[in-house]
Amino acid sequence: MRIDFTDVVVRRGGSRVVHGATFRVEPGQVAGLVGPNGSGKSSLLRSLYRVTRPESGTVAVGGQDVWTLPPRTVARQVAVMTQESTADFDLDVLDIVLLGRLPHHRGFGGDSPRDLALADRALARVGAADLAGRPFAGLSGGEKQRVLLARALVQESQVLVLDEPTNHLDISFQLELMRIIGELGLTTLAALHDLNLAAAHCDVVAVLRAGRIVAQGPPADVLTPDLIHDVFGVRADVLAHPASGRPLIAFSPLPSRSPDSPAPEHPVKEHTSCPVPSSPASPPREQPSPPSASSR
Amino acid sequence: MGVHVALFLAILATLVVSGATGPADVSTADAARVVVGHLVPDVSWMRDGSITPLQDQAVWQFRLPRTLLAGLAGAGLALAGALMQAAVRNPLAEPYVLGVSAGAGVGAVAVITLGSAAVGGLPLSGAAFLGALGATAAVYLLARQHGVLAPTRMILAGVALGSLLSAVTSYLTLTTEAQNVFSVLFFLLGSVSAATMDQLAVPAAALAAVTLYALANARALNALLVGDENATALGVGVNRLRGRLVIAASLLTGAVVAVSGGIGFVGLVVPHTARILVGADHRRMLTVTILGGALFLMVADVLARTVAAPTEIPIGIVTAVVGAPCFLWLIRQGRAARAGMLR
Repeated sequence: MRIDFTDVVVRRGGSRVVHGATFRVEPGQVAGLVGPNGSGKSSLLRSLYRVTRPESGTVAVGGQDVWTLPPRTVARQVAVMTQESTADFDLDVLDIVLLGRLPHHRGFGGDSPRDLALADRALARVGAADLAGRPFAGLSGGEKQRVLLARALVQESQVLVLDEPTNHLDISFQLELMRIIGELGLTTLAALHDLNLAAAHCDVVAVLRAGRIVAQGPPADVLTPDLIHDVFGVRADVLAHPASGRPLIAFSPLPSRSPDSPAPEHPVKEHTSCPVPSSPASPPREQPSPPSASSR
Repeated sequence: MGVHVALFLAILATLVVSGATGPADVSTADAARVVVGHLVPDVSWMRDGSITPLQDQAVWQFRLPRTLLAGLAGAGLALAGALMQAAVRNPLAEPYVLGVSAGAGVGAVAVITLGSAAVGGLPLSGAAFLGALGATAAVYLLARQHGVLAPTRMILAGVALGSLLSAVTSYLTLTTEAQNVFSVLFFLLGSVSAATMDQLAVPAAALAAVTLYALANARALNALLVGDENATALGVGVNRLRGRLVIAASLLTGAVVAVSGGIGFVGLVVPHTARILVGADHRRMLTVTILGGALFLMVADVLARTVAAPTEIPIGIVTAVVGAPCFLWLIRQGRAARAGMLR
């Protein structure tokens, strides 16, 4: 199913956080949404899974505006892994996974054998079969993400939406998660902080800056040193990954004053607000260092 | 399933024990016979004089109605508590969190102290129900902003309005004649002693309706536990569900409080106990909550009549004195971790 954002404007807490975003994900594509903190990635995703209604513009899945469809219908088409993970009263892992069957059921009744089989298969697929009977709240961050992905899988949707799915994950499971997602063949839209993860696993990326999509296309075309410099305020050297040949980006902090680099195009405060959070390929935190110091 | 059967059998047993408990001498077997005799037409022992009219009256007109009311009130308050806890996602929520009991208190105490005429000729239970509805409606409207019912604002609005209404009740109580104070206290602490069969209809209907609604939405209630955004992504209309849950729980609470007074503790503690026993999945815990609440108050009522006989103590005192130590023991058990009590 195709995802279409058309001129989407999202307002949150009184101010506009997305200013007319237009972006399309073709069926079966894995799309990455990248951008600094506060650039509107999550807000744009929320307009797709019906948490924040756009002020104007449309969000369509399979050609139908998700805001004109019943919530349950949308939930059968779009499964979401949110960043929110609260449970004041603990449910067991299996209960959490079976919640993914909610859009397919109505009213009374227990879980059908098919529900349980789907849950078992999903848990096995994400490598969490042994967690089924554990309380969800007692899991580690990585285990929780596995379980939440399993829940999204039992929803049997054609579209998968992921908001920072690799946060708090070790490198091994980051790669495993992205591999699983790639193998699902679903139309996938993921907000990602890690540009290298996006470069390695996404068919297309869209870059958000201050609520506007400033570039979109295949990662190799979009994630250029200039764009990364402009949007993230860091120096980027794009290499070829020795194993896959896909873009591999090496980051270093911008020299605070350097004669051979152009003057910053936007205010300094925008630069300081967007270090990429810690992840294996991210730059070191901004720190006082000699202008010419190389980060690695 | 085992828990349900055990609770159901315990409820039946309590019903019979209650029928055999009191000043008029009725054996357990005779109490059971009276109950069966009223339900099944044409049984021999109702005609052959083996049950005296006094025994029949004691069991069927005094003891049974109050035990049934205790059961209905316990089930209703426990269910309302469970729904409220899920709706506002707060383990401290209880049926009275939106000021329902404070509102009912104002209505009832106004009738007791100022007379029925002061509230347009309503009987005490009618005034109490109206007070409960008024308080709920006020909190609901105060907590709503831009069409969104925010749980925290709702709880705080309920607490604030509850204080305001309690102040009114306190003022009315302090300025009334001394002989009224006992009636006021009995209502505020809760009592089922004056129950009649006629009074059971409204709480029973409310309990049945809200039970059906809750069970039909048990999966959606589970989704609420994992957060508003996740629930929305699972196709649950969170805001609408939350509003309906709050209204359903408050109507049920109002219907119960109007006839039994502000019995405390049940609505907070029974849902947690049910979670500890069978887990937080509403498809399992709701029915255990309802049966457990009924059993708890029925037993509490039998105790309220017997421990200080012939004096009767308010049932709210029994629920707290018996329930609190049991609950304190329970939350220290390993299984309590399942109900989120490690945080």
